[in-house]
Amino acid sequence: MIHSLFLINASGDIFLEKHWKSVVSRSVCDYFFEALERATEPENVPPVIPTPHHYLINVLRHRIYFVAVIQSEVPPLFVIEFLHRVVDTFQDYFGVCTEAAIKDNVVVVYELLEEMLDNGFPLATESNILKELIKPPTILRTVVNTITGSTNVGEQLPTGQLSVVPWRRTGVKYTNNEAYFDVVEEIDAIIDKSGSTITAEIQGVIDACVKLTGMPDLTLSFMNPRLLDDVSFHPCVRFKRWEAERILSFIPPDGNFRLLSYHVSSQNLVAIPVYVKHNISFREGSSQGRFELTLGPKQTMGKAVESVLVSSQLPRGVLNANLNPSQGTYTFDPVTKLLSWDVGKINPQKLPSLKGSMSLQTGASKPDENPTINIQFKIQQLAISGLKVNRLDMYGEKYKPFKGIKYMTKAGKFQVRT
Amino acid sequence: MLSPWFLCRNEDLKEMLESNKESLKLEAMKRIVGLIAKGKNASELFPAVVKNVASKNIELKKLVYVYLVRYAEEQQDLALLSISTFQRALKDPNQLIRASALRVLSSIRVPIIVPIMMLAIKEAATDLSPYVRKTAAHAIQKLYSLDPDQKEHLIEVIEKLLKDKSTLVAGSVVMAFEEVCPDRIDLIHKNYRKLCNLLVDVEEWGQVVIIHMLTRYARTQFVSPWREDAVFDENSAKAFYDSEEERRVDQSKPYIMDPDHRLLLRNTKPLLQSRNTAVVMAVSQLYWHLAPKHELSIITKSLVRLLRSHREVQYIVLQNIATMSIQRKGMFEPFMKSFYVRSTDATHIKTLKLEILTNLANEANISTILREFQTYVKSQDKAFAAATIQAIGCCATNISEVTDTCLNGLVLLLSNRDETVVAESVVVIKKLLQTQPSQHSDIIKHMAKLFDNITVPMARASILWLMGEYCEHVPKIAPDVLRKMAKTFTDEEDIVKLQIVNLAAKLYLTNSKQTKLLTQYILNLGKYDQNYDIRDRTRFIRQLIVPNEKSGALSKYARRILMAPKPAPVLQSAFKDRDRFQLGTLSHTLNSQASGYLELSDWPAVAPDQSVRNVEVVEPVKETGAPALSKSKHFDAVSWPVCVSLQASSPVFVPETSHELLHRMTGKGLSAQYRFTRQPCIYGNSMVSLQLTLSNSTDQALENIHISEKSSTGQNIHRFNAIERLEPQASVTVSMGVDFNDSTQAANFQLCTKEDEFSVSIQPAVGELLLPITMSEADFTKEQGKLVGMNESSATITMTPENVSSQSVNRKVVSVANLGVIPSGQENIYRFSGKTVSSGSLVLVSVVLKDPDAVITINTEKTVMGSMLLRQVKTALTNSGP
Repeated sequence: MIHSLFLINASGDIFLEKHWKSVVSRSVCDYFFEALERATEPENVPPVIPTPHHYLINVLRHRIYFVAVIQSEVPPLFVIEFLHRVVDTFQDYFGVCTEAAIKDNVVVVYELLEEMLDNGFPLATESNILKELIKPPTILRTVVNTITGSTNVGEQLPTGQLSVVPWRRTGVKYTNNEAYFDVVEEIDAIIDKSGSTITAEIQGVIDACVKLTGMPDLTLSFMNPRLLDDVSFHPCVRFKRWEAERILSFIPPDGNFRLLSYHVSSQNLVAIPVYVKHNISFREGSSQGRFELTLGPKQTMGKAVESVLVSSQLPRGVLNANLNPSQGTYTFDPVTKLLSWDVGKINPQKLPSLKGSMSLQTGASKPDENPTINIQFKIQQLAISGLKVNRLDMYGEKYKPFKGIKYMTKAGKFQVRT
Repeated sequence: MLSPWFLCRNEDLKEMLESNKESLKLEAMKRIVGLIAKGKNASELFPAVVKNVASKNIELKKLVYVYLVRYAEEQQDLALLSISTFQRALKDPNQLIRASALRVLSSIRVPIIVPIMMLAIKEAATDLSPYVRKTAAHAIQKLYSLDPDQKEHLIEVIEKLLKDKSTLVAGSVVMAFEEVCPDRIDLIHKNYRKLCNLLVDVEEWGQVVIIHMLTRYARTQFVSPWREDAVFDENSAKAFYDSEEERRVDQSKPYIMDPDHRLLLRNTKPLLQSRNTAVVMAVSQLYWHLAPKHELSIITKSLVRLLRSHREVQYIVLQNIATMSIQRKGMFEPFMKSFYVRSTDATHIKTLKLEILTNLANEANISTILREFQTYVKSQDKAFAAATIQAIGCCATNISEVTDTCLNGLVLLLSNRDETVVAESVVVIKKLLQTQPSQHSDIIKHMAKLFDNITVPMARASILWLMGEYCEHVPKIAPDVLRKMAKTFTDEEDIVKLQIVNLAAKLYLTNSKQTKLLTQYILNLGKYDQNYDIRDRTRFIRQLIVPNEKSGALSKYARRILMAPKPAPVLQSAFKDRDRFQLGTLSHTLNSQASGYLELSDWPAVAPDQSVRNVEVVEPVKETGAPALSKSKHFDAVSWPVCVSLQASSPVFVPETSHELLHRMTGKGLSAQYRFTRQPCIYGNSMVSLQLTLSNSTDQALENIHISEKSSTGQNIHRFNAIERLEPQASVTVSMGVDFNDSTQAANFQLCTKEDEFSVSIQPAVGELLLPITMSEADFTKEQGKLVGMNESSATITMTPENVSSQSVNRKVVSVANLGVIPSGQENIYRFSGKTVSSGSLVLVSVVLKDPDAVITINTEKTVMGSMLLRQVKTALTNSGP
């Protein structure tokens, strides 16, 4: 299936290659570079590029292109999903997935890639299994290894490979048994000029960090499971019990994992926690433009809106912006024309605003489009859909675990058209 | 750390590899791997590296493997030195070592060792470890690509491995099947049901491969579930109603879906909830290609959910949705807003979304879509703005009600400042006017006015063509435009020049008085143009329109040739015939056949023999909810390490009868019924699982139905989760677990609503406090021997004649008690076994027929239960009737 993998950085250098079958010359990447040149933005490179003898399927993450070489028919999503899994694994192992991190850990990267694919077919992609095969590098282990000459390659076949719960390693032991769940919801919205909502959706995930001894069997129930319209599960969740009782019952993997992602049914009206007042205008004939932006909270159920970041791609004709923020800092990049304003926390008593003027190219006609405003924010301790976890129970083990649930709402793709 | 002086120096690396220190060797190998990763050539070191293949250090060994696999092809002779090490490792008692030896051995692409590989694969295919067998399945593909002549032998191995019942092997062997012999569909028959049932437990990558293979298989084996006359691309408006129509058709000619076809659809459905996008897409395409049309809608939500994923995933999913939405608008219409474009989307995502929105447009939603399009036209991304204009054109032709609105909107765009937008508008207007050959002279006049400001050649050419085509509608303006063009002719682009000549010719034919001289002039200019196409065209036009003695019969028809009514261009989606490819494939994405693409066959007119899929051993799971069972299997194996001999098996018989818990009169409208599911309880292993059906017969909703915390009388009860709200006339089924402590004492508790509390009690029959187990006849007699004396109770009864048959005895006993049937060697002895739910004590029942009497014997430690059970079995067997 997957013949070879090339890793290409932002400046177009191939800095790692791995072949699972016969070696494919790296000149095959020339077709990729051609496509890269044609694309105006790095994101615009088509994910699938046909070449005379091969097909290149690429994903772009952390400014690195992961280019897989395929020789014959294969579902493209299969390859794309796998490449993303590779990136996730690297991130899991090295903390970050950057060119430097990959180059520093090239041996571990190679060992990982060797275990993840056999002859181009995925072999072990579960993080729990991989970590038993190849221990993640830590400073302590690196030091110990250099002194004792021991290795970070496991000697045993991971038990998970063979058991009925392949996602969990056996023999897990903790002195503090704890299980944390984060309910994170993201609001995707498009708000039109007049402030009315064109489309708004809530997507959520439950990320878990479970550190429990032995083989615990957990059940998680919700106060209002009917809110969840469409869900996808980690393989550990028993589908049938969800179908019958709307209860999540599972034997968790060890460590961090995403238990569930969900979509809140579209019948429910979505509360939009911030509003934007804006006045961005260009006058015909003058080389000046006005820029006024005010943010305010609404429907936040008394919670503070934090980490607010506003960004906007100004029209090409704008030369510079001379603005005055009432709080936070702003930057304007005259090359990319990207304006970003780091607002911080919104104080409902004193609404943050950004006002001032923009200078335009003299003689140029007024831009006929007003920029879109992208907003990011966070609200702690609130799930905007109203989803609530009812209880978490553990069976199968004797000890009392420490349990914790955290809620958070974030902006997803939150855009305001002006 | 060693000094950088060592770096990349082959001599030094060699020295390090030959040293005695493990750590130095390891360091050297790490650097070599670094070189390989960078794509540098390290083949020179082969001899030094290969010596370390038998190293004890496992990391060193692995790195040597990496090196070996990379360079063995180039250094075949030297690579052979390592083979004996692997051959030895293949016999190692550790399965991990056996597997990795096979992995590397089969990855060494050296033709000489083909026989050794073949032997190793055959051996590994019968290995006890499923992990080794999985590796064998992978090795099959490697050997096949190295030496295709081995195909026949490899197929034998595949056939053997396909029979494997391990979920670990299934995905890999199907992959090998797809690669080596995808046409040998006959190998699948016997394994079809097994694969369907295993599917949920196979790892995710294997699922994708198996689903794609089964899609192909199903298309050759089952008849079409679609209506006879259902053309594949039926009108979407009908889509909503066609389940009804289908039923009507069904009445005239009943279509019964093959149970195997249904099995596949049912077992793949839960996978729509997978976190792996490839699995979701695979199931979606399976439903698209195999499911009856009215069942198709279940995939919509899942596909829309995938749009939240990474950019690349979106791209592929949107492409597939685009193809689907052409044929079935109804599927995605409710989700239209999910396809709205955001300014941060990549251009190819934007265009795909636009495509889908265009496909979804109908009379009802067109105004919303057009409003949305208006925003897009103003986008900074001009390529996207141009694509939007095209999309508006498409909507205008497809939906006649809005054609005029669209046209007016497009005309407004003609005064846009951006050239590409104007050009695109002109081109689209041209197409629209052509499809709408009515009186649009205003628009043409307007365009003529704008003509001077438009510089994009394609747009200019389009306007000129329009002038010529409809010159009769604008008799005053057209000659004037021609006059202007005559002035600038030499400076124009080639396509514009061709259109000027064209316009001149048409005007000459319709209005020769005014334009005769102008035409002559333009034709003269064209005659000496640099471009031969233009010279050629000019010469041709001149012969055609200007009559002279040499021109033949053709010029008589000049008018009919030039002014012939032209068919309007069809504006259609680029995804119009993408469905010739199976969805979700690479070929579909590229819209051209990729190498190795396997065509999806048409449904057969008559279904091939379905008995080919029958397996000799009867599979009890065939028709039950397989995914559920297999998921709960995990549960059994993990959380109840019960003594193996007492492992509970699935119930033989589950009675449908339910018992009343609360009558609606006493419950003020709330009624409750319960029944025993006879399944192992998921809440705790000493509990009896119950199913409760609550219904509301009042005309008001009941709120907060739950079991009170304090109530129960000693028994441990797992309460169902509070039901927030039960609508009038609605009913809901919940499950709960009660630990009866192996006694028939009733469990009393309070069933509460928001306002009231009702005391209820569940009195279990003794037979419901058991779980069936299976054991051999020999074990049974052995166990029975241990439970004698006090633990044995027996009775003799006279059987009614109709109860004497073996079937009826079995049925009577299992309906009274949840027991497992033990296959019996003797004809007149029936044996049943089970264990009590709470304490897990063995309960053995045997019925010995001695015409006309029968002796019932019950052996169990729980003597009270034994005697109660005896009484019930006695009653059941003496009673006649069903």
